[in-house]
Order: sequence, then structure tokens, then C-alpha cells
Amino acid sequence: MAGFILKRLLLLPLLLLAASIIIFLLLRLGPSDPAMDYLRLSQVPPTPQALEHARAALGLDQPLITQYVQWLSSALRLDFGVSYATQRPVFEDMLHFLPATLELAGVALVLTLLVSIPLGRWAARHHHRAPDIVVRLIAFFGVSMPNFWLGFLLVLLFSVTLGWLPPMGRGGVAHLVLPAVAISLMSLSINARLLRASMLEVGGQRHVQYARLRGLGEREVERRHVLRNALLPIITATGMHVGELIGGTLIIESIFGWPGIGRYAVSAIFNRDYPVIQCFTLLMVTIFVVCNLIVDIVYAAADPRIRISREGVQ
Amino acid sequence: MSTSSAPLSPSSQFPSQGRLLRARLTTYIALALVAGLVFVALFGAGLSPFDPNAVALPERLAPPSATHWLGTDHLGRDILARLLEGTRVSLGVVAVTLSLLLAMGIVVGGSAGFIGGRFDQIAMRMTDIFLTFPTFVLSLFMIGMLGTGLVNVILAIALSHWAWYARIVRSVVLSLKHRDYISAARMAGAGRLRIFTRHLLPSTLSQLAVLASLDIGHIMLHVSGLSFLGLGVAAPTPEWGVMLSDARQFVWTQPMLMLWPGLALFVSVMAFNLLGDALRDRLDPQLQREHMH
Repeated sequence: MAGFILKRLLLLPLLLLAASIIIFLLLRLGPSDPAMDYLRLSQVPPTPQALEHARAALGLDQPLITQYVQWLSSALRLDFGVSYATQRPVFEDMLHFLPATLELAGVALVLTLLVSIPLGRWAARHHHRAPDIVVRLIAFFGVSMPNFWLGFLLVLLFSVTLGWLPPMGRGGVAHLVLPAVAISLMSLSINARLLRASMLEVGGQRHVQYARLRGLGEREVERRHVLRNALLPIITATGMHVGELIGGTLIIESIFGWPGIGRYAVSAIFNRDYPVIQCFTLLMVTIFVVCNLIVDIVYAAADPRIRISREGVQ
Repeated sequence: MSTSSAPLSPSSQFPSQGRLLRARLTTYIALALVAGLVFVALFGAGLSPFDPNAVALPERLAPPSATHWLGTDHLGRDILARLLEGTRVSLGVVAVTLSLLLAMGIVVGGSAGFIGGRFDQIAMRMTDIFLTFPTFVLSLFMIGMLGTGLVNVILAIALSHWAWYARIVRSVVLSLKHRDYISAARMAGAGRLRIFTRHLLPSTLSQLAVLASLDIGHIMLHVSGLSFLGLGVAAPTPEWGVMLSDARQFVWTQPMLMLWPGLALFVSVMAFNLLGDALRDRLDPQLQREHMH
């Protein structure tokens, strides 16, 4: 187990290094010239002299390797340069917007787990009966619902019509409800379906039948022998959901006027503000990879098969 | 034992006649919905007398009427005509993206599995790296590199999803590579390309079909999400995400504007998800668990 965690921990910087190479190389080898974008965003007419000057100032006349090493070594010191558009330090701006995004995405993740596990459990417990059908219907609609449309519908119902919840902005718990629901419905539906299927599968296995034959109560069997094993795929799925929840948050922020990283990143991507795009992507990848590391560790701790064998789950 | 628990009931192991019928029924419904969407995408322009991009400011924000069945938007464009044209855009984008994805998956995954060795290792490390990016963030990044617009959205989505396809093809090829019938083909003098295309590729297709059909809804949502953010298909094009983005300023005054494009997107995603589920149940009976992506 300790070996497994150590291996994962050592892999983390390697993955991030590889991601940083991809991010840097693809942007540099992409179809547009950063110097041109720099001049456009600084509103300087792109004369040949200006272009040459910008290339020298941005270090674009250096070999690619040198540029990458310079960028990476500053990045390691959390210096991602200044935005072409605003001339402000990128990382400082990111740190300013990040907490709001993390708050919303985190609440969406908690909501996903908090709602999907009881739902899936309830459905499995009442297989083929009303609760099962209700949960399957919710999940059926949930997996196809575009989160940004759901956001609109929620605003329409709970803010415009009923006036119960605020439609915009960040503040107390009330401000979190609608955007968090809009972001998490899809992951929640997938999870509920997954847990239901997984519980039904585990419930038919021999060790569960044996537990019943031993005379354990149904509740006890369900909790100790079915749910415990059935939760393993949910742990893996959660790692994937983190990525979807981050993506969903970026979209939903724009509907609810949530002061997160979304709008900043979107305008940078639209304008090809390279330093911002690089920092944003690397930051999101880091969050995603770290979350998945945590998920792997939780999985390893929960699954006795990994505690013994060295090979982990992919 | 309480009677409320039924995991051991025979129906969970052996589907009853009724459940089989219902499964077949959902397959037919999914097929009908998808066929309807494809029909609208191909011939939708002829179903409406209006040009989806014709601006008519005097008729702006008109309510549903006999002429404009679903009303008009803030520029007086007929909403129904735009929805129909939007189907063509969405399905067109999906069709091109999927073709790219399948091609990339078969070429990269197939050659990695078939050739093996160094090449396989490098290809798989590449997929590992791409899978460390959350898909939507990766497509945002690709847009940042390529720029916005219809073609770039297709490229961005293809470049951010390909690793999944390569993985699937590789795993199928690896599992079959050393089977007797492949050795037999080789001994019969078949060339490598022939073995790959005639004996390995067909087996990967059913798995690819399941992955692709379950991925279509995902791709549609990503495309519309990007367009909604202003990073995808450009504004006058009647794409559903663009329409939703146009409608956002009228949530308080004209809520119906955002109802239709969202509904169109929702129904389309649902249709393809249904089809994907049905295909999976039919082609991949071992995969009883819900597919995660």
C-alpha cells in the first residue's frame, strides 16, 4: 500500500511535466504567431520593426528548448508572466479568481456524492419497484441534460417565477444552490446508475448469499457486504467526474455571473492570450491530477486486493 | 429477510419476456428518434419556408403564430427555421468529428497494438498524457491554440477525445493478436496490412460502435458548450449553443427563447444516449456495468 502510494506520488510530477511540454509545444507550434497576438492585444500596429521588437521581448527568437526551459523554470517559481491583454501578472489574477471556482466545483462534487449514493442505494434496495423506476427516470434525463440549459431552467423556475433563490452572483449558501445543482446533475445521474447496477451485481454474488444464509439481517448484509463492495466503482468514477465538474463549472459560471476563473479564461482563450492560456490549462490539469491521485489512494485504501498486490488500478 | 430486497430474484439474472420486449422497444424508439434527427439534418431546410439567417427587425421577438410557429428571435429570425438548420450543424459536426476520431483511434491504437514494442510504448505514453487533461479543459486549450470557428471546434474535440479511441482499438487488437486464426492467416501468407484490415479491424468495430454512440451525446454537449461560451461555432450560424447564448439576455422577458434550442439539444443527446445504451446491451453483453466516460 505504501509502495503503491509512493509510486503514484512519484508519477505526479512526471505527468505534470509531460502536460507542460504538451501545453507549451502545441501553443508554439499552433497556427498563429504569439508576437502578432501580443501586438494585437497591446493595440500596437504590426509593423516589421514592432514584430521584431516583440519577438525579442517575448524571447520568441530563442530556440524552442530555451524558451520552454525558461518558461518552466519561472512557472516552478509560480511566475507565469504577464497577460498580453492586461499586462497584469497572470498567476496573481488566477489566484484571485480560483477560490470562487474551487468553491463551486467542490460543492458540486460534494452534492454529487451526497445525493447519488443514497439514490443508487434506494433504487437497488427496491429493484424493479417504484423507487427504482423513479431513480432510473431521474438518471435517464440527467445524463442527457445540457448543464447550461438546466442552469437557465433553474433560474427561470426558482428565481424568475418563484423568487426563492438569487439568480446571480456569489454570496451565501443560497447563491450556491442553483449553479451547483446545474453542474452536478449529470455526474450525479451517472453515479446513481452506476451504484445501482453495481449493488445489484454484488448482491447476487456468493459471499452475499452466504452472509444471508449465516442469518445476518438484510440491513446488515446490505450495508456491510453489498454497499461496501459496490462503492468501489463509484470511487473510480469520482475521479472522472472531477474533470466533468471542472468543465461544467467553467460554463455555468457564465450563466450565474459567478466571479470565478471561467470568464477570465474564456476571454483569454478567445483572444489567444498565451501566458494566461498556459497558466490556466496547467492549473486545471494539476487540480485534476491531484484529485485523481487522492481518488487512487482512497481506492487503494478501500480495496484489500490493492493493499496486498503491487499493481494498482489504472 | 425483508421482502423489500430483490437482488436475488431470478429477474436480475434471467431477463423476463416483458423486460426483453421493453428493451427492444427502447431500441426502436432510439432508432426512430435518431432517424428523425438525421432526416431533419438532411432535409430540414426544405421543411421551413424561412431563411434561418434572414434578419427582419420589425418582426423581432414575435410570439408563436401561424406564420412563425415558434416565434422569432431578437433579430426577427424564424426560430423553427434556425432549430432545423441547427440540427444540420450539430449532426454535421458530430459526423465529421466521429470520423476523425475513428480514423485516429484505428490508426494510432491499431498500429500500437499490432506493431507493439517501442512504438506501442510511445503511443500509449502519449494517450496517458492526453488523459491527464480533463476533456473539456483540453478542448478549451485546443481552441486557444487553433482559434474559434466551426472547423477548429471539430479539430479541438477530436484532439481532446482521440486517446479513448486509441486505447479501445489497441486493447482489442492486443487481445486477438496471438489467437490461432491470426497465426493461420499469417501462415497462409497474408500480409500485415491484410491481417489487420481483414482479421483484426472487424472485431474492433463493435466496441468502437458502442464507444462512439455513447460519446455522440458527449460531443454534442461539448460543441454546444463551447459555442455557448462564444468559443465554438461563430455567431450567425444557427447552432443550438449559439442560440442559447443569444437568448440569455432575454431570460427575464422572453424565457421561451431559451426553451427551444435547449430542448432540441436535450432530445438529441437523449436519442443518441438511448441508442448507445441499446447498442451496448446488444453488442457487449459482458459490459453490464454502466459505461463511464
